[in-house]
Amino acid sequence: MSDWESASAARVLPPARPRKLAKVPFVELADGRLQGVVSSGSDIERVYVSSVAAGSYEFACSTNNNRPCGGARGYFCNHIGALITEAVLQYGVARVARYLRVDAEDMDAEAIRSLMLGARPSQADSAAAAQVFSRFLRHLAYVELPATTSPLPELQWFPTTRAVV
Amino acid sequence: MVPDDQGGGVMRADLLADPVDGVDEVLAVVAGADQALVAGLLRPQPAQAAGLVALAEAVAGSPLGAKVAEAAEKAAAGAAGEEHFLSLAASRIALFGSVHDALMARIEQATGRAQADSGGAVSGGGQAENLLLAARSWLADLARAGWQGIDHELVSGAEPVITALLPEPRLRRLAAVLDGFAAELAASCPGSALERIPVRRWGDLWSRALLLTLPGATEVPVSTVTGRLLPLGVDLHEHATAAQAQVHAVFEPADGGTPLLVRASVSAPKPDTIIGAGIWQLLRPHLSLLTAVSEGRSVELTDMPITAEGDLLWRDEHARSGEPADPFVTARVALPAASALPTAPLDRHPARIAVPVFLEGYLAEQSGEALTFSLAGRSIAVDTDRVPAAGPLTPEAVAASNACIGLLRWDAGTFRVQPLAVETTARKKTVALHAGAWAGGAADKVGVKAEKAATDAATVLRERAGRLLRK
Repeated sequence: MSDWESASAARVLPPARPRKLAKVPFVELADGRLQGVVSSGSDIERVYVSSVAAGSYEFACSTNNNRPCGGARGYFCNHIGALITEAVLQYGVARVARYLRVDAEDMDAEAIRSLMLGARPSQADSAAAAQVFSRFLRHLAYVELPATTSPLPELQWFPTTRAVV
Repeated sequence: MVPDDQGGGVMRADLLADPVDGVDEVLAVVAGADQALVAGLLRPQPAQAAGLVALAEAVAGSPLGAKVAEAAEKAAAGAAGEEHFLSLAASRIALFGSVHDALMARIEQATGRAQADSGGAVSGGGQAENLLLAARSWLADLARAGWQGIDHELVSGAEPVITALLPEPRLRRLAAVLDGFAAELAASCPGSALERIPVRRWGDLWSRALLLTLPGATEVPVSTVTGRLLPLGVDLHEHATAAQAQVHAVFEPADGGTPLLVRASVSAPKPDTIIGAGIWQLLRPHLSLLTAVSEGRSVELTDMPITAEGDLLWRDEHARSGEPADPFVTARVALPAASALPTAPLDRHPARIAVPVFLEGYLAEQSGEALTFSLAGRSIAVDTDRVPAAGPLTPEAVAASNACIGLLRWDAGTFRVQPLAVETTARKKTVALHAGAWAGGAADKVGVKAEKAATDAATVLRERAGRLLRK
């Protein structure tokens, strides 16, 4: 067995990298999609729920009130562009490319975007939007969970790390 | 050079380089059992069955013996129920308990530090609530699928359980480990495509989570203490959605009793975009001790609750800021006389070992990424990766240091020192750098900038939460 395989504190996930959250408060690689929430530039009450599927690059964008995004008609809208850019900041280009199955490990967010567009992806219905939005709300709920001063010995298995894998 | 016979504060690195008897044999048994979890226990192959039987044989002479033998037999036949998985997990944890004890005995020799007595036991038992049963059921499904059998559907089954566990501080241990574990599994799906599997780690997390579903598993005897707390440094833990700071300190009882090594912890769930300085900001309001650490002060405790294993259950109303106290003076003067309290049975695991040590007079040697401290001709590995990025202590400073307060740890067969603070010499002056210097608030230029960026991120999330969550 390698040291990594026989280490209790083996690093499995690299830590997220810092990014500004104002424009894209939430982005994740989950449910077989790059998905997230993009703030509206004009209305503080409105957010866009955007996603791109891994492999097929099928995309969708709509508001939290389930109105279709005007920009995402047959083409990636600016919200999806912002989502890709912020995902690359948070996770690194290699991890995003690998997850989406785009051959762009050494490239940048723009390369990922244009390679996916080059495959002429189709537009999905907004069925996923409700699910993505509820994941965003679950994510936000973490802000409000109480702290505790009772020790959590299990977090010894999760040391902080400087490593950017 | 530091003489060999110096007191308990200085470590004998030579003792840590020698193998510890029996550890390899126990770890081989665990590795066999862990292999059984790789392919899963739905339709076990003969090799998997053999690993489980070896596990049962290793604990045959213990009170667990009969139950584990039965569990291994059922699991080998692909017919294990939840109670059988619990028995297998318990035996795995018991074996690691024996490794923990052997390593701690070696550490006590190397540091010359005695262990204090601890009184009291808790009863445990009681009725498992539905939430614990739901977690147990998911963990059983996981064992049946095996690491190679995980997929998104299976892994996401943990989500509703975690969401329900998290708001309840009493169940936070289970919630925090399940949350971190499930995130790793989700990022590793499908298991059939994994090139390598962290078998020891996932076996650890699985077995611990399973035991935490037993009612009463986390109960510990609690008493109170009054006296002076002298901080040594801060250890930070985090996964994407949780963070914990642990302050290691020497406690001097007001009644003149034996000084004790203690810890004070604060933890909180967090969104994955709260990182770096944002973690200090998140934890700071809940533990006034973090401010004392940044200010280099002692803290006076009055009737502060403490567990039998030396964890202060911090409540600000029992603490009052004290006189200035330099952690390096504490490490040189107070640490050698301090005793450690014994670890609770469930927590006896090598990964839980974090023994404060003070090192000086070493030669720091950098070889590629790896840093070692040479002491009296023997070297010990230094784990600079554990030094938090949000702080003034850097791997470069550790490599240039001449004194170090650290935590002695053990993983994958090796002892390592995790630096909490170092002294370096700059222009003939001694400069101290602390990993947790920003815990209570950053004063230096880089730190202030990091705090500002973190405040902005937290503000956005709070604003969004306020606007969207209660609709």
